[in-house]
Amino acid sequence: MKHLLSTADLSKDDAILLLDTAAQMAATQSREIKKLPTLRGRTVVNLFFEDSTRTRISFETAAKRLSADVINFSAKGSSVSKGESLKDTALTLHAMGADAVVVRHHASGAPHMLANAGWLDAAVLNAGDGMHQHPTQALLDAFTIRRHLVGERSGADPVGADLAGLRVAIVGDVLHSRVARSNVHLLHTLGAEVTLVAPPTLLPVGVESWPSRVSYHLDETLEQWQPDAVMMLRVQRERMSGGAGAFFPSPQEYSRTFGLNARRLALAPDHALVMHPGPMNRGLEISADAADHARSVIVEQVANGVAVRMAALYLLLAGGDDSERNTQ
Amino acid sequence: MSTTYILRGVRPLGGDPVDVVLADGVISEITAAGEATVPDASHGVTAPGEATVPDGDVVVLDARASDGSGLVLLPGLVDLHTHLREPGREDAETVWSGTRAAAAGGFTAVHAMANTTPVADTAGVVEQVRRLGEEAGWADVHPVGAVTVGLAGERLAELGAMADSAARVRVFSDDGRCVHDPILMRRALEYVKAFDGVVAQHAQEPRLTEGAQMNEGVVSGEIGLTGWPAVAEEAIIARDVLLAEHVGSRLHVCHLSTARSVEIIRWAKSRGVNVTAEVTPHHLILTDELARDYDPVFKVNPPLRTAEDVEAVRQGLADGTIDIVATDHAPHPVEDKDCEWSAAAFGMTGLETALSVVQATMVDTGRLTWADVARVLSTAPARIGRIDDRQGRPLAAGEPANLVLVDPAAHRMIDGSAQVTASANTPFRGMELPGRVVATFLRGRATVLDGVPVDALEGAAR
Amino acid sequence: MTPGTAVPGSGPGSTTAPAPDVPTGVIVLGEADIARALTRIAHEITERNRGAADVVLLGIPTRGVTLARRLAERLADVEPTFSRDRVGELDVTMYRDDLHRQPTRAVGVTRVPVSLDDRTVVLVDDVLFSGRTIRAALDALSDLGRPRVVQLAALVDRGHRELPIRADYVGKNLPTSRAERVRVRLREVDGVEDAVLISGRGGDEPAQAGRDQGVTP
Repeated sequence: MKHLLSTADLSKDDAILLLDTAAQMAATQSREIKKLPTLRGRTVVNLFFEDSTRTRISFETAAKRLSADVINFSAKGSSVSKGESLKDTALTLHAMGADAVVVRHHASGAPHMLANAGWLDAAVLNAGDGMHQHPTQALLDAFTIRRHLVGERSGADPVGADLAGLRVAIVGDVLHSRVARSNVHLLHTLGAEVTLVAPPTLLPVGVESWPSRVSYHLDETLEQWQPDAVMMLRVQRERMSGGAGAFFPSPQEYSRTFGLNARRLALAPDHALVMHPGPMNRGLEISADAADHARSVIVEQVANGVAVRMAALYLLLAGGDDSERNTQ
Repeated sequence: MSTTYILRGVRPLGGDPVDVVLADGVISEITAAGEATVPDASHGVTAPGEATVPDGDVVVLDARASDGSGLVLLPGLVDLHTHLREPGREDAETVWSGTRAAAAGGFTAVHAMANTTPVADTAGVVEQVRRLGEEAGWADVHPVGAVTVGLAGERLAELGAMADSAARVRVFSDDGRCVHDPILMRRALEYVKAFDGVVAQHAQEPRLTEGAQMNEGVVSGEIGLTGWPAVAEEAIIARDVLLAEHVGSRLHVCHLSTARSVEIIRWAKSRGVNVTAEVTPHHLILTDELARDYDPVFKVNPPLRTAEDVEAVRQGLADGTIDIVATDHAPHPVEDKDCEWSAAAFGMTGLETALSVVQATMVDTGRLTWADVARVLSTAPARIGRIDDRQGRPLAAGEPANLVLVDPAAHRMIDGSAQVTASANTPFRGMELPGRVVATFLRGRATVLDGVPVDALEGAAR
Repeated sequence: MTPGTAVPGSGPGSTTAPAPDVPTGVIVLGEADIARALTRIAHEITERNRGAADVVLLGIPTRGVTLARRLAERLADVEPTFSRDRVGELDVTMYRDDLHRQPTRAVGVTRVPVSLDDRTVVLVDDVLFSGRTIRAALDALSDLGRPRVVQLAALVDRGHRELPIRADYVGKNLPTSRAERVRVRLREVDGVEDAVLISGRGGDEPAQAGRDQGVTP
């Protein structure tokens, strides 16, 4: 693995290695001394073209726990809407000797360009690009699901395990969601079944070719399909009320038909997890009684994010080049 | 007195070999192969590439195709859809560089689209572009006039003034923008009837394509780019053919790209609607799968569609539903393509690859003959642009010597940086395509010899 | 150097260097030799520490963990104050100084049975070579707690130390050349009978082994 751009690029073995490594990273994070010397002398740049304090802090914490030097490069502003800036920024980072670039960008494919255009030779980690992918989010979701639903069920450490046979419902604005795209691929790779639950206006054309089921009805999915986890997607309020081009008549109607609350949650199996990538719109896609429910693992998802990002940084940065593969 | 050219053993429209003599700007004689006589003033037989003799001499071109057969002789190609970028974006292309690229691609006439800066919406701008073309001398430049002032889609530009100007504009288009307001489109269709003009519509419903980046389909859904649905093109084409039928006007549909667009045109023609349609070379061969690597060289408007659409436009071109191939040559400087997809400009170059793509997709597959190629790339576009008194003429004695010689057996690797156009954004880079333009003649004067513009030949005197 | 630190359960797509299926070569220690060496080390640990009440055994993956478990059994047999569950594993991958000279290694499990503060920790590894693995282990240990004393047990000491590190308990001193490979085969890990093997003999001169502490089998 040279870059982490998309969960669609991950084989099942890659994905399980990432989750297993994350499990060991998580174990170190419960110790008094959380810092590891592993990436001493390596430089990780957080290149954020889009505001996301939560994701940036998570990556920053992960890099620092592995003793890497972290440079935060917030490129948000008027000058970066031009493509030229992405190239010039990349050349700058190359000159600074970045070993890894964690990139968040509003344009789908921007991390792919950074990784492949020949502008820099650092490892590129996609921290969310447009409507395309957010692979570490999907990995932390899978990690959280595995820990609860595989680990607790078997009573053993789920190292090496996949998610075969588990059912995950992903609910909300699939059309604009990189979290949904990343999760559909990764969950499928790991053997889980996925149902996308959304109004038809918020599903992309061509969704029938995705490795998932589609439903327009949340209650029916919860009751009849009995998902093991319910993953709520963030909904942007302005998309619900933008006049003729709005995707839904009103936030109220959205909330009534697709919002998760305690009553709906009761339709799902007792063990079903409540998940959300954050930040939540309480009262829109999720109610307070669902978000704060005993089965909610939303806060734990945040903590697992650090371990997963440590694992990704470790696997991308700790090893030598392929050319040095035969030293042993 | 100009150079006389004797083209030995060439095959008009791919037929039997003949000798063709070009003198004083016209085809002076066509004889059986090997029988054209060399006048006294001859310096003898020269190979192409050495044919840089002073005016008044005779040059005999006895070049053979790569397989040893005769070169194919076609009427000079006519592009109904070229972006020359001048005035305004001379960093991408100029009239000089763009027409030189056109000549290299076998074209003897191009229609220069109106989306320049300033927009070609007045007699002054179209006359300037026309004059720049004459000064360059590589190919006839026929400016396209904007339908609406500033391409803004709000009120008609002075179409009559452009038609009456020295540029004699007959094709009007807001290309890049759609004339989407139905009443404005109706007025334009009606108005240009007075001077036998045609409205060339860029069919794109704007509300259905807000923020659109690529074809809406499986690929756009997976890679997370905002989709450009086929219906946004088809809805406008359907409306426009109905409007054209209602007001009895001539309509030309630019770069149609979808299977249902072909069906709508087929239906309209069956009803007798006076509509013509074009397809670009890239829509004949490339699909939206190419967007998966986010390389903006494949970003174009209308977008690359699916394999089913590619097959449908090939079929439409083969059965005559689609009248012409036009390049939509859209040069862009490196910085407008060397960036993330959504920040990149739409468009790809095409003048130097059009004939090869048509050969690869239509001739080598047996769907078109070389005579058909002459029709879709020369005769028909000249007629639509109402320049068929000068261009797209039959290959016969007395006709203007606007000609192209093609080696269909050659193969070449496409390299954007090696092309004649000032921009490198060819989607075919790294692809091997069949066919090579050996020579181009504009009114009997060679603009291209041995595959390169004549000013690039050693010892050329321009 | 400990060959193959792959975590159990890491799949075929793991980026770890592929460990040979079953180590081969000339057998220098057989199953009975290894058993005797471990028994002797167990006795030495109790002698040195006047019992084993505070002893915690930490094996270094992969084969060090197996050896530590066997040692714990023997220690419990000879020393009633030692509880046989006081054995754990210490993965040192993230503390290595050669990470980017190697393909990416999978991170192994670290499991510490009790608090290490003020205990006697005996690190257990199969082959002691450059000493770099033990250096990494000492760093890893200091992040986990503050033992009163740290000791080292190795089944084989093959010399060629690159750091000022020595073993407190050695099963067998084995003079080797750098070009040779010394590998340990254990029933639990490799599925065939125990052995210590040398392959690639005929390299440069044998090194002076560490302190002559071993017994002749």
